[in-house]
Amino acid sequence: MANLLADPDSGLTPAQLAARHGLRVAGERPSFGRYSGQLWRYRHFISEYSHAKLTASFSNARLGQLWQVLTPLTNAAVYFLIFGLVLEQTRGMDNFIAYLTTGLFIFNFTQTSLMHGTQAISGNLGLIRALHFPRASLPLAITATQFQQMLGSMVVLIGIVVVTGEPITLSWLMLVPALLVQTVFTAGLTMVMARLGAKATDLKQVMPFVLRAWMYGSGVLYSVDLFAENLPGWATTVVQFNPMLVYIELARISLLENTHLLTDSLLLTWLIALGWALVAGVGGYLYFWRGEQEYGRG
Amino acid sequence: MVNLEMSNDVTMTLPQIQERIPTVVVDDAHVVYRVHGGSGNNLSAVAALKRMVSRNSAPNVREVHAVRGVSFTAYRGEAIGLIGTNGSGKSTLLRAIAGLLPVERGAIYTQGQPSLLGVNAALLNDLPGERNVTLGCLAMGMPPDEVRRKVPEIIEFSGINQRGDFASLPMRTYSSGMSARLRFSIAAAKQHDVLLIDEALATGDKAFRKRSEQRVRELRESAGTVFLVSHQLSSVRDTCERTIWLESGEVRMDGPTSEVLAAYEAFTNGK
Repeated sequence: MANLLADPDSGLTPAQLAARHGLRVAGERPSFGRYSGQLWRYRHFISEYSHAKLTASFSNARLGQLWQVLTPLTNAAVYFLIFGLVLEQTRGMDNFIAYLTTGLFIFNFTQTSLMHGTQAISGNLGLIRALHFPRASLPLAITATQFQQMLGSMVVLIGIVVVTGEPITLSWLMLVPALLVQTVFTAGLTMVMARLGAKATDLKQVMPFVLRAWMYGSGVLYSVDLFAENLPGWATTVVQFNPMLVYIELARISLLENTHLLTDSLLLTWLIALGWALVAGVGGYLYFWRGEQEYGRG
Repeated sequence: MVNLEMSNDVTMTLPQIQERIPTVVVDDAHVVYRVHGGSGNNLSAVAALKRMVSRNSAPNVREVHAVRGVSFTAYRGEAIGLIGTNGSGKSTLLRAIAGLLPVERGAIYTQGQPSLLGVNAALLNDLPGERNVTLGCLAMGMPPDEVRRKVPEIIEFSGINQRGDFASLPMRTYSSGMSARLRFSIAAAKQHDVLLIDEALATGDKAFRKRSEQRVRELRESAGTVFLVSHQLSSVRDTCERTIWLESGEVRMDGPTSEVLAAYEAFTNGK
């Protein structure tokens, strides 16, 4: 009896046997559509994980969640002390404190997300080796965590802006789409960093320098007019296309009254902002998906 | 009348028992993994510079040929023990089945996505056990309402609350046995097509081991396949009816647990 029933499978090679019963090669990368579907089903995991990370990051500090507000405040105070009071970058500017903190907080969101992104895979090997889930959940959760942090610092920023005497206008509403577009850009780039950081373990050491250079090129700490004044024409054009500069400028023009754009065209600035978000968002996701089967190996 | 019904019953259930559905097919699999910094003496800054100048990419990468041409087929409803001395390639084979290590030659086919349950499956140590259970369940792809239902069950099963309310304490305060128990309980809460257990049953006290062996049996009955790597031959004997003995990355013996264990014991005692 047993022999009779076992017959249909006998005489097949292992590959044929596997194909007959619908088995798939272990560790195969799912198709792009399937992967995106899986990722969508894991949205609850992403939000829970990002929230858990946020709680965990403050769990050892006595002041707890208060640091979400204290960190950006202290950061702003230090930079104001150096660039505002010691180096006197305030000359010829209406509201340097608000100008500085806007740039700082906007840049900090992308910066910390990228920094943590390099560790998205290598810092979660235990989880990756134990359970199967679309790995893109991890860099996305990191961006989501930093997004929540950023919302905290935006509250601080609004406070600073109002206290330093800026009027509340309708253009403040533009901050919301600007932040969303920046978030897409950041998420895409964080996925790129996650894939790079999974293989190149030295990246974590290099990133602080790259990010600092990027910060200096984004007009965070001083007036963007200095670019136009001191750089040759072509270099100013290059700087105009710096995505971080664009996102910072969009935030500044929404919140502060007496600012102007480096390009003098709001439409062009928005187009650059959207273009970068599209390129980084789609490109980063595709790049990360193509490495899916490699994460956690080695 | 009674007789007729009984015979009817038998014909109904027989094909289910007899039809053997393969869940894991391993076809002449070779696994080679690369270890960074294996040689150990080349980690100095000068050596690293020399490497960069001479463009000699990472000479301190060593290759380990851990699995050498293993073939077998595992069927639905089977629990298979994997035994062998240290370094015989048991854990490597499990990781290859889980899709975490690529095969160099040959192929491994699996049904669904096998889940590897190891002792080093780290969750978030700064968060309470309860929160980790929620996260773990979501990471296994459970819908949120099912997670809410399962969390108390999992904590109950793990028994971490036997000495006070540990579920609400951060996991870093747990003993190694407690966190291993919690991790096993999380992974065992889901129906897996193929569950790979790497030494996870060895941790925990006797009562927990009994419960987890019971759970492995349940998982098996609900049409899954379970692989168990263990150095404790008693737990292999209790849970698996088939055992594969690996030695130096090759299958030394594959058959009923009692026969394989007897041969293995003779081998290790004779050494």
